[in-house]
Amino acid sequence: MKEKQFRMASAARGGLLFMRGVPGVKFNDRVVVRDHRGRKRNGQVIRSGEEYVLVQVFEGTDDLDLENTWVRFLEKPVELTLSPDLLGRVFNGVGMPRDGRPPIVSRLKRNVNGSAVNPAARAYPREFIQTGISGIDGLNSLVRGQKLPIFSGSGLPHNRLAAQIVRQAKLPGEESRFAVVFAAMGVSYDDARFFQEEFEESGVLGNVVMFINRADDPPIERLILARSALTAAEYLAFDLDLHVLVVLTDMTHYAEALREVATAKGDVPARKGYPGYLYSDLAEIYERAGRIKQRHGSITMVPVLSMPSDDITHPIPDLTGYITEGQIVLSRELHSQGVYPPIHVPPSLSRLMKDGIGKGFTRDDHPRVASQLYASYARALDVRNLASIIGPEELSRQDRDYLAFAEQFEARFIGQGETTERNVMETLNIAWELLSLLPPESLSRLSEGDLAKYHNWDRSAAKVEE
Amino acid sequence: MVERSEGVVIDINGPLVQARLPGSPTGEQVRLGALGLTGEVIGRSGDEAVVQVYESTEQLAPGDKVVPLGHPLVVELGPGMLGQIFDGTQRPLDRIALQSGDHIARGLVIPALDRDRVWGFTPNPALRVGERLKGGERLGTVQETSTIEHRVLVPPDVFGELIQLSPAGDYGVETVIARVREADGQVRDLQLFHRWPVRTPRPYTQRDHAVAPLLTGQRILDTFFPLLKGGKAAVPGPFGAGKTMVQQQIARWANADIVIYVGCGERGNELVDILETFPKLTDPHSGKSLMERTFLVANTSNMPVVAREASIYVGVTMAEYYRDQGYDVVMVADSTSRWAEALREVAGRLGQMPVEEGYPAYLSSRLSAFYERAGRVETLGGERGSVTLIGAVSPPGGDFSEPVTSHTKEIVQTFWALSKELADARHYPSVSWTDSFSGYVGTAASWWREQVDPSWEQKRATALGLLAQADELSRIVNLVGPEALSPEQRWALEGAGLIKEAVLQQSALDEVDSFASPQKQYALLDLIVGIYRQGILALGLGVPVQLLLEMPILGRARRAKSRYASSELEQLASFGVEVKHAFEQLTAEYRDGHH
Ligand SMILES: Nc1ncnc2c1ncn2[C@@H]1O[C@H](COP(=O)(O)OP(=O)(O)OP(=O)(O)O)[C@@H](O)[C@H]1O
Ligand SMILES: [Mg+2]
Repeated sequence: MKEKQFRMASAARGGLLFMRGVPGVKFNDRVVVRDHRGRKRNGQVIRSGEEYVLVQVFEGTDDLDLENTWVRFLEKPVELTLSPDLLGRVFNGVGMPRDGRPPIVSRLKRNVNGSAVNPAARAYPREFIQTGISGIDGLNSLVRGQKLPIFSGSGLPHNRLAAQIVRQAKLPGEESRFAVVFAAMGVSYDDARFFQEEFEESGVLGNVVMFINRADDPPIERLILARSALTAAEYLAFDLDLHVLVVLTDMTHYAEALREVATAKGDVPARKGYPGYLYSDLAEIYERAGRIKQRHGSITMVPVLSMPSDDITHPIPDLTGYITEGQIVLSRELHSQGVYPPIHVPPSLSRLMKDGIGKGFTRDDHPRVASQLYASYARALDVRNLASIIGPEELSRQDRDYLAFAEQFEARFIGQGETTERNVMETLNIAWELLSLLPPESLSRLSEGDLAKYHNWDRSAAKVEE
Repeated sequence: MVERSEGVVIDINGPLVQARLPGSPTGEQVRLGALGLTGEVIGRSGDEAVVQVYESTEQLAPGDKVVPLGHPLVVELGPGMLGQIFDGTQRPLDRIALQSGDHIARGLVIPALDRDRVWGFTPNPALRVGERLKGGERLGTVQETSTIEHRVLVPPDVFGELIQLSPAGDYGVETVIARVREADGQVRDLQLFHRWPVRTPRPYTQRDHAVAPLLTGQRILDTFFPLLKGGKAAVPGPFGAGKTMVQQQIARWANADIVIYVGCGERGNELVDILETFPKLTDPHSGKSLMERTFLVANTSNMPVVAREASIYVGVTMAEYYRDQGYDVVMVADSTSRWAEALREVAGRLGQMPVEEGYPAYLSSRLSAFYERAGRVETLGGERGSVTLIGAVSPPGGDFSEPVTSHTKEIVQTFWALSKELADARHYPSVSWTDSFSGYVGTAASWWREQVDPSWEQKRATALGLLAQADELSRIVNLVGPEALSPEQRWALEGAGLIKEAVLQQSALDEVDSFASPQKQYALLDLIVGIYRQGILALGLGVPVQLLLEMPILGRARRAKSRYASSELEQLASFGVEVKHAFEQLTAEYRDGHH
């Protein structure tokens, strides 16, 4: 192998090594750094010039003794070794085993940076995935090949929700070959364990590949970890024809690592200290989800991110929302009221839902029911707001119906609990029970046919009560 | 073209490469390294040039060669563009897929126009050999798709004597179909296509007034905030508010001849959506497949950022080319914010001084120069054609005071501001009636007056007035409760609610209502304004407002849009008669003076 080895790092700071006098180094190449104790660190060239070369070291540059540090340029990009043996294994960000078992051996290696999928080669995602969760299936359905993040906050049950999705997700009426790629970035020991136990309990461990970087692991490694995980996912989906569900958690820790490197490099910041290229960088990750024509597998992605200070306009959720195909937003308020999953409905969205539900997919009325629930809940929230000002006694009869609707909607429809799994018909039936609390004239998103078939409104009963 | 020697790479910093490349002017195209990556010189000092590279620079190294190509970024203009999907530098993505599979390989050079295809050319019967020809004149025609006749033009920079014109026949795009002797005696060979530099607007004889509305079939756009053919519009909104849907609806239904959809830094699946659905959709104006008049330029968010900057110019140059053939062209760009961010990224890496949120000082001038390429013109060939530009804007955090949104707002005439509150309640299109504006209402009004109904302007004003009044009343209700409102005020709230639900809300997914003809738009507006007025009369007679609010026919009025298609206006009119009867029945006893 053509390799070059040098000992001339002239400076190290913030995870970056500056090297002078190393000519002809290829941009983005893989680097191995051996420190004075003989321990190896992994890196990548992120700038290459005649004057100097900049190396990003995934394990960080803390306590490097530059006099005694050797840097080896491997003359090839950062690659992941691929084989079906990936399944059931645990790795770090650069694909080294973390489970005490030997490394994967295979001739097949791929550049973890991947390359852009040709839009002309993509197939549009349309297959409804039933997660068994009404707040998702009924209102913001997931389809195969979609990227649908969970926007959460510290202390909210995003991990439990992600695990529940992994546990319950299925295509109604189909036994499919599936795999899970789990990429943990900067998560706590407990969170990592939680997932591991979850996978074990539900008996899917043999179908899971884990890439783990914990909170006390070097942050820069997260930048490469997400890419390694997706390289594995692409292999499983498009070489082995598996339907792959990728869980990336927590993207906020990823973005923070990116900011750290950008700051060390002196890049011009755009918002809140994050570099202007955060959007493109995140897109390189998220856009690796999808379906490809003439390929049988798929990559469905559920990134999890915690919104700093619960602020959805913070650059990380904001830019994520601009790239992904919707988002499931969790609510601290519902959580504190004991609603699980605490899905905050108004800002949640699934953009691919429209092509995966309705006649021939779930049920004919599904799209209109979802739209009506949104509209009615929005109105109910207005009423609740009004009630807090003038007192509920002052509300009109119809407004009181809306209050009752909001309560039931949150408690029954959304708050189904962690162990309940509902099929989509059950979800729709509960939806109709709730909509039957409201007068038909105000349900303009539903067709007259829908109302006749499913709406169970008893005007006289309502009148009598008054 | 001057042959210059190769240069050499000095430094690679992401998409920006420093090269020793004497004499290469700014704008020149180059190829770098063993793969022949394509790039563009964007600045220089002394012998050193700064090159922005349209492809990933991975594996490039200092010492690699740089070959100057002697020309700026150009596009090929000729038959074979319609129905295609190109990347940000006009490479044909379907033929790239044939060569490099699912992923886009680097260093591929594939011409935009298929060299293997032949076109049936009919020479312009009015031309005679020996005549003087000038740029923009029509050499002949090619039937590009079943609906679009491609007019093969003399390139704008050619003047001289026609010395040869090929007879009718089947030719490839590179076949010489005419020869012109220019003033200096040089003979220019003309082919079915020519090239044009994307950063230079194509010339025209003069600008003309925009006169006709661009009808999109969307009520909130056409009826409330109209756009004209040749106009400039922006669609700002936070993520998920519906910018892409608005633009796709326009691409589907607008009464334009040619539609160009530029996906600039957005999702791959959105382009696939168009590629899969448009061929099956029927253009309501021509009755043929929508793909016959459409093509796409795609630089998705995961594709190299520098080509994103180019994609907007590539798109608009192709738009001008069809304009020059005498067509009305619409180009939608989703999203101009990603284009601006690409500018920012390059400026940042060049070390240029950022002025606001990291953007360089020239952001606003670049934006206005881009939108300036919209317009209705008299072409060099003496025809009328137009380019309408519609840009999505994606403000960080949904904050409209950020630089790209605020500069764009200064430039465009039609501003469709999308609202997160409306989108969260699934009120689509989420175009805000308070934050949007159109400077074209006057011109549009004369069209509606003549083509649809003389009272259009007045009904539109009534509706907007009601919406504004209702916003005010809602504030009062939220302070003191609904009891404080008079019956008239409660009815005004209901009227505004009807306008929102029965007129403004229009689901793109509703097969019946996705497109509404101008006549249907007016009929619905008339129906609802009529209901409001009949209610006011009833209140005047002493009918309690509660009775009005409970009229079952209001529920049907809310659904009328999905019940009656644009081809069923007679049924819609009879529904209007039913509504009238319902009011008459309700008011009868009060009119007879029993109460
Ligand atoms: N006119 C409409 N009719 C029906 N649904 C709509 C309409 N407009 C928007 N939507 C819904 O809203 C979703 C988001 O819309 P869209 O993708 O256009 O948002 P956007 O503003 O382009 O977001 P981003 O900036 O993230 O690209 C759509 O997937 C669709 O479900
Ligand atoms: Mg969009």
